[in-house]
Amino acid sequence: MNIVVCVKQVPDTATERKLRPDDKTLDRDAVDGVVNELDEYAVEEALRLKEAHGGEVTVLTMGPAKATETIRKALAMGADKAVHLSDDALHGSDALSTSYAMAQALKKIGFDLVILGSESTDARTGVLAAMLAERLGAPQLTLARKVEVNGSAIAIERITDYGYDKVEATLPAVVSVVEKINEPRYPSFKGIMAAKKKPVEALGIADASVDASAVGLAAAYSEVAEFAAAPPRAAGTIVKDEGDGGVKAADFLASKKFI
Amino acid sequence: MSDVLVLVGHLAGPVGKASLELLTLARRLGNPVAVCAGTLDERAVETLGRYGARRVHVIESDDVREYPVAWVRALADLAADTRPVAVLTESTPDGRETAARLAVRLDSGVLTDVVDIQDGPDGPVATQWAFAAGYTVTSRVVGGIPIIAVKSNAAVPEEAPATPAVTRSPLVLDEADRRTRVVSREPRESTGRPQLTEADIVVSGGRGLGGAEQFELIERLADALGGAVGASRAAVDAGWYAHTHQVGQTGVTVSPQLYIAVGISGAIQHRAGMQTSKTIVAVNKDAEAPIFELADYGVVGDLFEVVPQLLDEVARRRA
Ligand SMILES: Cc1cc2nc3c(=O)[nH]c(=O)nc-3n(C[C@H](O)[C@H](O)[C@H](O)COP(=O)(O)OP(=O)(O)OC[C@H]3O[C@@H](n4cnc5c(N)ncnc54)[C@H](O)[C@@H]3O)c2cc1C
Ligand SMILES: Cc1cc2nc3c(=O)[nH]c(=O)nc-3n(C[C@H](O)[C@H](O)[C@H](O)COP(=O)(O)OP(=O)(O)OC[C@H]3O[C@@H](n4cnc5c(N)ncnc54)[C@H](O)[C@@H]3O)c2cc1C
Repeated sequence: MNIVVCVKQVPDTATERKLRPDDKTLDRDAVDGVVNELDEYAVEEALRLKEAHGGEVTVLTMGPAKATETIRKALAMGADKAVHLSDDALHGSDALSTSYAMAQALKKIGFDLVILGSESTDARTGVLAAMLAERLGAPQLTLARKVEVNGSAIAIERITDYGYDKVEATLPAVVSVVEKINEPRYPSFKGIMAAKKKPVEALGIADASVDASAVGLAAAYSEVAEFAAAPPRAAGTIVKDEGDGGVKAADFLASKKFI
Repeated sequence: MSDVLVLVGHLAGPVGKASLELLTLARRLGNPVAVCAGTLDERAVETLGRYGARRVHVIESDDVREYPVAWVRALADLAADTRPVAVLTESTPDGRETAARLAVRLDSGVLTDVVDIQDGPDGPVATQWAFAAGYTVTSRVVGGIPIIAVKSNAAVPEEAPATPAVTRSPLVLDEADRRTRVVSREPRESTGRPQLTEADIVVSGGRGLGGAEQFELIERLADALGGAVGASRAAVDAGWYAHTHQVGQTGVTVSPQLYIAVGISGAIQHRAGMQTSKTIVAVNKDAEAPIFELADYGVVGDLFEVVPQLLDEVARRRA
């Protein structure tokens, strides 16, 4: 089975909060780039499916040169090879054009199964899997907490607000996974060493047959008009329980008309 | 005025609060057209009209249950017909994914997790929160028909009575629409409590509870306040409460009037799902717990002392 797992590099969530509130431009270079943590579950699931069914796992990342660090991490976990879609023209792409560029790359790579994380921790749009499925004309099986492949049949349990749905389709398909699905492995020392020798194919937009006028900031169909630091939450009142903590909490709730 | 398509979805019972919020926002942009499927009774039409729907469009097919992707076809057909100024969906997983595919099909920009919409000279202007609510972003769609996925509680439903016209269209699916099939759904559990995403008050418990039985304390507080029950991932992973109640990055995002965090440390992933709550109250025995950075009111103390006392107080004041 030919599995492509999409991995995004995002600013480290832990350092993110260090952004100064008066900093109006968002400088991604100022913070460490890490693997979108939800994509580690996608890599893990891809590796498990490969272990069960055979085949190959290819990592696909779209991002600047710096994103190679992210690719190495996924390779160190055990993926076989990687494709790095990188081109200055892609900078500033919105979700629509990102999905276009990635779909073009996926067509070039070829796949039986594409696996994504449920969302990125930076933009958090959670739309990419659905957009890729639409563009590739492939079934969409998203938010899986369980994936089962049987020959060309695929079934997932999709988490919902009230429980889960059982969703079925046939390969090739696009899947996204939630963090309930598995426990991602840590790269071993051997894995890290092996990752250095694994092939990473650099793909420019021309190589992926991506039309330059349809990607990047200028082509984005969604536009940020203004960007401001939100006013910080007013500091709250913190009291120590001296045997009357419940009463004090009730006073507060009453003052806000909740009781 | 032009139409604004509002995806209400498959109706099985009463119209949800989120749909009324969407209609309220849609009125700022044009004439709301409520798009639904399923059993549409007079009461539903009346409710949709009361909140401003000028037209209720019924997709005459139950196939959207089995093939949710079919909503995309239904909305795309309607959009081709009416050239709406915007399409609004809920920013739930289902709503976002429908919006996403529709965006590709209509070659239009999409905005997700929108918390407010105003009309502007060049079309809708949306407000989003970025980076754990550290930034407020106003954004616009500059290509195609704006497709906007709106978070729950983005607006307070306001009545604007209209008598909607009811229109209907069949839905004819082709092979591509049938590629992904929902074969079964675990039935909605009925707790008698409000739905987590829609609740005005959410009371959540974390690892500090120490076990499944102790969650009864959280349920009692939720019931006393008329709220919904949430849980941290630690509590869910320990098997103390169902995953459908997980609040956070990979759980549900809530934005209630009041959020009470009990025995929850306030990890960044938890905060991602609740920090836009209007008022936040925390009970934690660790004064250094990060949840206190967010709290409007915090009690540093043992939850097994504080919460029972709070329950007694609520009961006493209500009596
Ligand atoms: C704060 C903020 C808000 C934004 N809001 C919007 C908006 O409302 N509308 C809009 O059109 N654009 C928006 N963008 C732009 C958006 O970041 C990019 O378009 C992005 O490429 C796709 O969105 P995502 O990261 O949210 O993907 P998601 O759909 O959340 O990601 C899901 C999965 O897709 C895969 N994936 C995503 N990106 C890549 C990549 N580059 N390489 C490999 N795999 C990837 C990963 O597996 C990931 O887990 C926003 C950006 C920011 C920073
Ligand atoms: C990819 C990923 C996704 C995640 N998604 C989510 C998510 O969606 N939602 C989520 O919640 N987490 C999520 N997490 C987990 C998150 O990082 C934290 O581990 C989790 O939120 C911790 O839950 P907690 O606050 O209940 O537990 P802890 O961090 O252990 O906190 C327990 C708190 O209870 C307090 N306490 C203990 N006993 C008492 C007592 N008797 N009285 C009062 N206070 C007491 C302690 O002081 C402590 O602060 C995610 C993590 C990852 C890696």
